[in-house]
Amino acid sequence: MTNVDKLSKADELTGVDELTGVDRLTGVDRLTGVDQLTGVDQLTGVDRLTGVDELTGADGLTDVDALTSVDDSARVDGLSGPVVVEVTGVHKSFGALHVLRGVDLTALAGTVTVILGPSGSGKSTLLRSINHLEKVDRGLVRVGGELIGYRQSGSKLHELSERQILKQRAGIGFVFQNFNLFPHLTALENVAEAPISAQGKPKSLVYERSRELLDRVGLSDKSDAYPRQLSGGQQQRVAIARALALEPQLILFDEPTSALDPELVGEVLDVLRDLARAGTTMIVVTHEIGFAREAADNVIFMDEGQIVEQGPPAQVLDNPRHDRTRAFLSKVLS
Amino acid sequence: MSVLTPIQPKNAGPPADDDTLTVVPARHPWRWAGTALVLVLLAQFAHGLATNPGWDWGTFAGYFLEKSVMEALLVTLQLTVAGAILGFLGGIPLAAMRLSKNPVLATVSWGYIWVFRSVPLLVQLLFWANLGYLYDRLQIGIPFGPGWSFATADLISPFGAALLGLALHEAAFAGEIIRAGLLSVDQGQHEAAAALGLPKHRQFFKIVVPQAMRAILPNAANLLVNLLKSTSIVYVLAIGELFYQVQVIYGRNGRVVPLLMVATVWYVILTATLSILQYYTERYFARGAVRTLPPTPFQRLKAVLSR
Repeated sequence: MTNVDKLSKADELTGVDELTGVDRLTGVDRLTGVDQLTGVDQLTGVDRLTGVDELTGADGLTDVDALTSVDDSARVDGLSGPVVVEVTGVHKSFGALHVLRGVDLTALAGTVTVILGPSGSGKSTLLRSINHLEKVDRGLVRVGGELIGYRQSGSKLHELSERQILKQRAGIGFVFQNFNLFPHLTALENVAEAPISAQGKPKSLVYERSRELLDRVGLSDKSDAYPRQLSGGQQQRVAIARALALEPQLILFDEPTSALDPELVGEVLDVLRDLARAGTTMIVVTHEIGFAREAADNVIFMDEGQIVEQGPPAQVLDNPRHDRTRAFLSKVLS
Repeated sequence: MSVLTPIQPKNAGPPADDDTLTVVPARHPWRWAGTALVLVLLAQFAHGLATNPGWDWGTFAGYFLEKSVMEALLVTLQLTVAGAILGFLGGIPLAAMRLSKNPVLATVSWGYIWVFRSVPLLVQLLFWANLGYLYDRLQIGIPFGPGWSFATADLISPFGAALLGLALHEAAFAGEIIRAGLLSVDQGQHEAAAALGLPKHRQFFKIVVPQAMRAILPNAANLLVNLLKSTSIVYVLAIGELFYQVQVIYGRNGRVVPLLMVATVWYVILTATLSILQYYTERYFARGAVRTLPPTPFQRLKAVLSR
């Protein structure tokens, strides 16, 4: 093995006859029977790669398609991991208003995706189409590899029944701008409702876990309070606990701090940061640039129903490539 | 003295910097005058009730709990309870149909409500009582297939006709009241329930209905009180309910006023009972709608007495 600058987490690496010019190779669990592998600049998150006879000049292996064909991994600007959300070619109109114009989005497990953009740019609609609160006109949405809202057989897409869609939604948390807590239920009942009735878990277990979740968002003393007895920030934290209670593979946040007083924004963002650190897969529509800079793995800037640019926060926020991004940021940051 | 004085605790005296200043509460002489006038008028009315021999309280007392009146009261209650249950049972599908995205269902429901709200209850009752003239026999069974047939007159007794008329009439109003309640629930609640993946029936009964109840209850109670009083109309079908029965009695003995008072007082008592039920039911569904529920009249009385 020559010219390996960095090779980490290689649990098993056997039968490598020649492997040259590798600059970075991380997270390889098993790599067998590689006869020749040269000029690899970056190859990350490979779980299993077998029987590769010859793979040369693999600079071109940054291509997402090439890697997903090997296993379930993908790269989004330096990130790696299994794909949780895959939105492809999504269009959506409300009457004459073309809100989404061909949006592609990929979110990887354990990453935080922040969507920025002026109001009316389609951010919320995109988010709502991921859990099928909005039905898209064209394009596909996959969460955890599962097509949302449809069943594919051959070249036909069969619309799922309401029941099946509800089942899919239970795996996707959603936090609303206006909290939408159930006002006639206590904080604890709000959190416990879905695991009991949507997932059929035993009551005592759910209540115990719901108390833990309220504790996690710092509201263990408010479990018997009704939403109207709580401040906006507290209500939103209950709403986050409610979304977490389903143990979703993904949580969508639709401007979670926009309805809050400035002094209450911080407590909600703290919870979001905690979740991000704990490796929750999140897609957050927000205007909190500070949060995006600090917590996001991938920042997406949308305008007029399209993704204008995306990348790590340092790139999109500090060194935007597009004028529209720059114009938006200068307005928001000033 | 500053313009903005900090709020003083209750027992700390008047909000004055200087101990020599005292606060004189504003006087409201016209309030006292108005109160006195109303009290005098009330006293006059009470005096009239007690002393005018026309009220004939002896007869009133004699008939108030009389057996035939009690039986008639029971019929009135039966008509009210059965009419309300059937009416609201009919109102639920009517509301659901009108809110449905299916244009046929929505139109049928709209049409039903239009017709049954338009036709006066009295006219409707006479129609149902005379259904036998229109349809000699009624038949149930497989559409266009075999079935069972009954003579209309056997199937629909006067009581049945009255109940049918009341229930169909109530259903039209109940449907609109329920629809109004369902519409009053914020769209965000539907979305939150859907986003959590709650099963459809659970969304409806656990999330939407309890919140809709707040808007439904006052109107439903109105409807119920109205129904209670509307049962007096069915006297035209010679059904022995309260109003019919007092008419029979005063037709015999000629003491119109005391017997009308018998019916009136019973209607008032029943309505008062319904109002109390309404108060506590509304309170139950107000959970979470207000930060703290105001004390009930009972609790207020207890607080006053224990002071």
